Amino acid sequence: MDFDPVLLARLQFAFTVSFHIIFPSFTIGLAAYIATLEVLWVSTGKERYGRLAVFWTKIFAVSFGMGVVSGIVLSYQFGTNWSRFSAAFGNVVGPLMGYEVLSAFFLEATFLGIMLFGVNRVPKWLHVTSAVVVAIGTALSAFWILSANSWMQTPQGHEMRNGVAHAVDWFAIIFNPSFPYRFAHMLNAAYLTAGFVVLAVGARYLIANRFDEDARTMVRMAIGLLAVLAPLQLFIGDQHGLNTLKYQPMKIAAMEAHWDSNARGDFHIFAWPDEKTESNKFAISIPYGSSILLTHSLDGKFPGLKDVPPDQRPPVANVFFAFRIMVGLGLLMIAAALFGAYLWWRGRLFETRWYLRIVAHGWWVGFVAILAGWIVTENGRQPWLVQGIMRTAEAASPVSAQAVLTSLVLFVVVYTFVFSLGIYYINRLIEKGPSGQAVAPPETIAQRPMAAARDAGRQALRET
Amino acid sequence: MGIELDLPTIWAVIIGIAVAMYVILDGFDLGIGMLFPMTENEREREQMITSIAPFWDGNETWLVMGGVGLFVVFPAAYAIIMPALYIPVIIMLLALVFRGVTFEFRGIARTGKFFWDCAFSAGSMLAAYCQGVILGGLLQGVKVVDGQFAGSAIDWATPFAITCGLGVMAGYALLGATWLAMKMEGPVAARALGQGRVLLLVVLLFMAIVSIWTPMTIPRIADRWFSTPNIYYLSVVPVLTALAGAGAWYWLAKPNAKPFFCAIALFLLGYAGLAISNYPYLVPDVLTIRQAAAAEGSQRFMLIGTAILLPLTLAYTALVYWVFRGRVREGATYHH
Ligand code: HDD
Ligand code: HEM
Ligand code: HEM
Repeated sequence: MDFDPVLLARLQFAFTVSFHIIFPSFTIGLAAYIATLEVLWVSTGKERYGRLAVFWTKIFAVSFGMGVVSGIVLSYQFGTNWSRFSAAFGNVVGPLMGYEVLSAFFLEATFLGIMLFGVNRVPKWLHVTSAVVVAIGTALSAFWILSANSWMQTPQGHEMRNGVAHAVDWFAIIFNPSFPYRFAHMLNAAYLTAGFVVLAVGARYLIANRFDEDARTMVRMAIGLLAVLAPLQLFIGDQHGLNTLKYQPMKIAAMEAHWDSNARGDFHIFAWPDEKTESNKFAISIPYGSSILLTHSLDGKFPGLKDVPPDQRPPVANVFFAFRIMVGLGLLMIAAALFGAYLWWRGRLFETRWYLRIVAHGWWVGFVAILAGWIVTENGRQPWLVQGIMRTAEAASPVSAQAVLTSLVLFVVVYTFVFSLGIYYINRLIEKGPSGQAVAPPETIAQRPMAAARDAGRQALRET
Repeated sequence: MGIELDLPTIWAVIIGIAVAMYVILDGFDLGIGMLFPMTENEREREQMITSIAPFWDGNETWLVMGGVGLFVVFPAAYAIIMPALYIPVIIMLLALVFRGVTFEFRGIARTGKFFWDCAFSAGSMLAAYCQGVILGGLLQGVKVVDGQFAGSAIDWATPFAITCGLGVMAGYALLGATWLAMKMEGPVAARALGQGRVLLLVVLLFMAIVSIWTPMTIPRIADRWFSTPNIYYLSVVPVLTALAGAGAWYWLAKPNAKPFFCAIALFLLGYAGLAISNYPYLVPDVLTIRQAAAAEGSQRFMLIGTAILLPLTLAYTALVYWVFRGRVREGATYHH
């Protein structure tokens, strides 16, 4: 068998990282939502906030668990699959991930214990604080990992000596040019994702006439948030794109399927980019659209794919279509959120059944948009792994293709099995809904160790 | 500035601490997974898993810390070790996936509970075994040419590595049994005492095998231990090991916390033994700590954060163990 180990390693990384990001996208947003609910609960004393916090915490726990196990896999893949990258860029990328572990992972993982199991063992304030700390931890972890990823897109603050990167200016490395945009865009994407899930669940209950009070709270909170964040995402995305034009023009050229830098930039609503003929088929375009978006003038010119030889171009079709999926979903989100806000303002939100029915089925929009966004970003940077410095093909580990292929197959099998069940279980929790009351469950750990020891001693005696 | 910091050594110590934290903390919770099949009683299983549910995620984070720590301060070693031990590393990760999701899944599953119980214990066993194999594979050395791993995908599969795998399994199971003796009420605690004593003997046997095997096959290690005057100082290690073993045996008479700490002492001594055998190598015979070290600026940058964040991390880890102190009642179930 003759497989290309680099291609297999790429497939494996793409598969595992794409699986991973599904869970963080949700947990980052949900952690913030739960923290908000807990704070509202203690500050207003309203029972329904407590009930919702307990309900979403159960779902959060399942999703978080899957995020953790899939993340641990990734942190080792830098070594197993990209060892040449690790050896060359460990000096720069390593510390960013080190800070992520120290400042974020331990924080999340430890306080998660209190958040999930500590309700009746710690004072209320500490429990609420734990939820807030977990939410901050997830955002911090996004901060560091996105800084690492952004540095690979727009490296600066380092110097290369004998093929090994050395850090010169840490501030410049962390706050590299694409980082602020990517961080804002991704964090907002995570909040949008969780927001649409909450909206969908609330709408689902309303349609089924279940948990009316809780469902209304969910829908109102979600719409309030989404009506602000969805339009904001368009704005951040636009700024992000302008920044990318400056640093990674070939990525933009692929996003727009723009071949010729001398031609005017039409915005293709649809097209079939053909890498062989270096042109687009079946294009339906808005004349001057891209020029206006990217250069803010009608005859603005921007680089085209033909500016560089074919082996330095990213895979055009992937980037082009993924970009359209992301932006299309983004526009849909804006429409859904603003229309919901309008209905709310007119006092018809809970009566407009057709609207509820649509959003009840829209829980997935955030996840798909995020995956599409990452495909734009990561495929768009090819053939570079570290823009302008190291190609992906030079980064792979000296591992045999068979080993990578076998592990790839194992990953696909195990992930498909485990994570489909996880999603099935989450659905079951949603099906059950918020129930009971939000008071502390019964004691499970003996409060008085001495009494417990005595009991255990008696038990042991009885056994002998 | 005055004082010259020996950064690579400081870092070797820090990463050493992270790995030790991992081995002890995740050791006992993997061990509990391995002891799972010893009871078929659903209530008892629930009670066992309740005693580790609040901790497992924090415990596994030390594994990330160890892996990332290696990447951060010893990238050259990381880039050799991971490809060399590719297969056991990947299998360990997959085993951890199964085991990690079980904590939540088995509470929700209606019909699949038995399956998830199997996944929990099989995942725990496999992860522990692979970690032992990784250790063994590293100790026996890997083939390197030009700073890159140059061996084949199954170089690690030797009788020695397999022995180490079984040894680590036994060790984790011992940690798990002594944890149960400390944290459980009722029959589970009583049963853990007997299990603990059997496992203790097995662990001591494996420690003896590895301690004889390595100096016999690797002259460098024999030289380190048996040359004078080393032999005088270093004989402390086996003596302390015997004491810790005896203590564990003695205190395993009734449920209490002491055997757990004796088991930890055993682990630390074994670990110290390995460190003594291999210092200053990080990848035996290939890379020393100093050669593997990252650029000084990177180590320094990371040290600043570590000096502040690591104590903080240890503090809130302690907080969580304190919050969940005390024994877990019979029939307790975990909840949120
Ligand atoms: C935008 C956010 C984001 C992105 C791009 C990534 N992650 Fe992640 N990761 C998180 C956000 C996150 C999180 C929110 O912090 C998680 C998800 C759910 C969770 O449990 O924590 C997490 C968990 C998580 C864990 C387990 C932490 C623990 O033990 O608690 C590891 C080791 C990683 N991730 C590693 C990675 C690597 C190596 C990535 C890149 C290739 C990566 N993550 C991309
Ligand atoms: C979390 C969301 C992410 C997703 C969904 C994602 C997606 C992808 C995809 C689809 C590829 C394959 C691209 C190709 O081969 O053409 C890829 C490659 C890669 N990405 Fe990401 N990525 C994410 C985040 C990150 C982060 C945060 C980092 C680094 C800190 C990173 C580093 C890499 C590396 C090293 C490769 C391998 C090179 C390659 O295959 O091209 N990615 N990613
Ligand atoms: C509404 C219009 C949107 C625009 C104009 C836009 C623009 C962009 C651009 C230009 C990039 C690539 C940046 C680069 O790699 O250099 C990107 C990436 C991305 N987008 Fe969007 N986006 C929009 C909506 C969304 C939505 C709704 C989501 C998800 C909820 C989303 C999630 C992402 C993600 C996760 C990435 C990859 C990470 C990154 O590079 O920031 N985007 N977006």
